[in-house]
Amino acid sequence: MDVVVCVKRVPDTEAKVRVAADGRSIDAAGIQWIMAPYDEIAVEKALQLRDAAGGGTVTVVSVGPAETSKELRTALAMGADKAVLVTAPTGAGDASATAKVLADAVRGLPADLVLFGKQATDDDDAAVGPMVAALLDRPCVAFVTSIEVAGKVATVKREIDGEVEVLEVDLPAVLTAQKGLAEPRLPGLKGIMAAKKKPLEEKPLAATPSPTETRSLSLPPGRAACRRLEPTREGVRTLLKALREERGVL
Amino acid sequence: MSRTHVLIVAETRGGQLKKGAFETATAGRRLADAWGGKVVAVVTGQGVAGAADALGKHGVDQVLVVDGPAFARHQAEATAAAVLAAVAKVSPRLVLFSATLAGKETAPAVAAKLGAGYVADATAVALEGADLVATKPRLAGKAIAKVALKAEVAVVSVRPNVVTPAAAPRAATSEALAVTVPAVRIRCKEVVAPTAKEIELTEADVIVSGGRGLQGPEHWKLLLDAADALGAAHGASRAVVDAGWRPHKEQVGQTGKTVSPKLYVAVAISGAIQHLAGMSSSKVIVAINKDGDAPIFGVADFGIVGDAFAVLPLLAEEARAYLKK
Ligand SMILES: Cc1cc2nc3c(=O)[nH]c(=O)nc-3n(C[C@H](O)[C@H](O)[C@H](O)COP(=O)(O)OP(=O)(O)OC[C@H]3O[C@@H](n4cnc5c(N)ncnc54)[C@H](O)[C@@H]3O)c2cc1C
Ligand SMILES: Nc1ncnc2c1ncn2[C@@H]1O[C@H](COP(=O)(O)O)[C@@H](O)[C@H]1O
Repeated sequence: MDVVVCVKRVPDTEAKVRVAADGRSIDAAGIQWIMAPYDEIAVEKALQLRDAAGGGTVTVVSVGPAETSKELRTALAMGADKAVLVTAPTGAGDASATAKVLADAVRGLPADLVLFGKQATDDDDAAVGPMVAALLDRPCVAFVTSIEVAGKVATVKREIDGEVEVLEVDLPAVLTAQKGLAEPRLPGLKGIMAAKKKPLEEKPLAATPSPTETRSLSLPPGRAACRRLEPTREGVRTLLKALREERGVL
Repeated sequence: MSRTHVLIVAETRGGQLKKGAFETATAGRRLADAWGGKVVAVVTGQGVAGAADALGKHGVDQVLVVDGPAFARHQAEATAAAVLAAVAKVSPRLVLFSATLAGKETAPAVAAKLGAGYVADATAVALEGADLVATKPRLAGKAIAKVALKAEVAVVSVRPNVVTPAAAPRAATSEALAVTVPAVRIRCKEVVAPTAKEIELTEADVIVSGGRGLQGPEHWKLLLDAADALGAAHGASRAVVDAGWRPHKEQVGQTGKTVSPKLYVAVAISGAIQHLAGMSSSKVIVAINKDGDAPIFGVADFGIVGDAFAVLPLLAEEARAYLKK
């Protein structure tokens, strides 16, 4: 069973965000970078599926700056077989451009399944997976919490409108990983040593236009100071009255 | 001729329009008025022929109905085919989805097929001069981007609950739209329904969430009762979900759901950055916590410093009495 996983290098989720001098991107100073958390889940699941099938490959693919080799080596240390990095110092552009570049990269790779994170925790688009699926004309199920493969069919689960759906998807297919799909393993020393010798192919980005343009990035407006009320019946009454009459939310 | 129409993708469930349909209709109406164009809705589902009246009340001029068993449940490939057929007919400048799970799964596929620009989970779409610009939180709401949609066609999914549906009545025309359903590659085998009728968190107007300070699942009835009194959906922090007290679908935050209700009540939740990531765009936030220095008070509009075990029953009682009035 051959699985491709698309992984993105993103700021650590704890990172304090400042806007860069260009007014459109984040200031990279002092930021720790990590593999996007849902992508890590997807890598773990890919390894489990390959091993359960008794063979095959897991290839991790990324578009990003040269430093992304660190996150790709982490995936190799977890147990992936091979990595491909399309080097782009500031990324490929928006979700559409990124999806085009990834679709081209994936096209040449063996892949019964292409896995994505449900969303990258920087852009929060949840878009690139379904876009790549559309470009490759493969069926796509987003936000899956379970994957089982038998022959040419994957059975997946996902939660929608408070219900859990069990879906059968014809392979080759594209799936995006929701929390609960797998618990990412920590790479061991042996894995880290082995990763150094595994193939990591780098290729340059072919310029791809983005149909959208980020005009500005700003910090969210601060909220007004908190109004404190007593933990008494009177306090609760005042609260309900304010919520209905002043704020109109009840 | 430059494009002037807005196409909204109206989701239905069990034959009923979902709330997002009216939100996108309202957002679309403003832009169509500015461009001098129409708002057209494509409605997919089964038994949805009556949708035109309700949509007309919110500013929709024309309804394209795609009705049939293939559309009874959301299925992205079928929905995308319906939307693409509607786009071919209407030639819109903008296609609006509601950023529900179904919307988030379908909209990018439609954008990719059209070569359109796509902004996901937008909190506003507006004209700045001649440019169509969407506002979109990034980094779990720690930054807000303004994104211009330059391509001839734009696709935007609008975060549920951020647009308040407004009345703009007109008599909407309705017609069936023929869609060739693509070969089925995804089959629904089973649906496990929730045990009770629950309000979907991301679409709820009011949410009451509980944290680790409630000390155990046996105390949840206090929280559920207060939520019930407020007509609210209920959520939880990750600490609670990790401890197995509540299911993951109730988790609010970076690795759970992003919610934007009108009112969010955080009970015995400290307000870790990853929790705030999921709820800080709520319109009004109330915090109930016994620690007056808890970070949750930093984002709250109203705060009660006190013991949740004493405050929750008061809240339930008083809300029942007050909201009846
Ligand atoms: C990568 C990552 C992702 C994460 N994702 C999420 C996420 O999606 N959602 C999320 O919520 N967290 C997430 N977390 C966890 C987050 O960091 C916090 O650990 C978690 O939110 C804490 O939950 P809590 O507020 O319920 O518990 P605590 O932090 O333990 O807070 C309990 C609060 O209850 C108060 N309290 C205690 N007793 C009472 C009482 N009787 N009455 C009133 N108040 C009382 C205390 O003062 C305290 O403020 C994530 C963490 C990481 C590292
Ligand atoms: N630059 C990138 N390189 C590799 N994979 C990416 C990249 N951007 C996004 N992805 C994948 O697409 C998913 C969704 O990203 P997004 O649409 O940006 O939220 C991520 O979880 C990754 O799996």
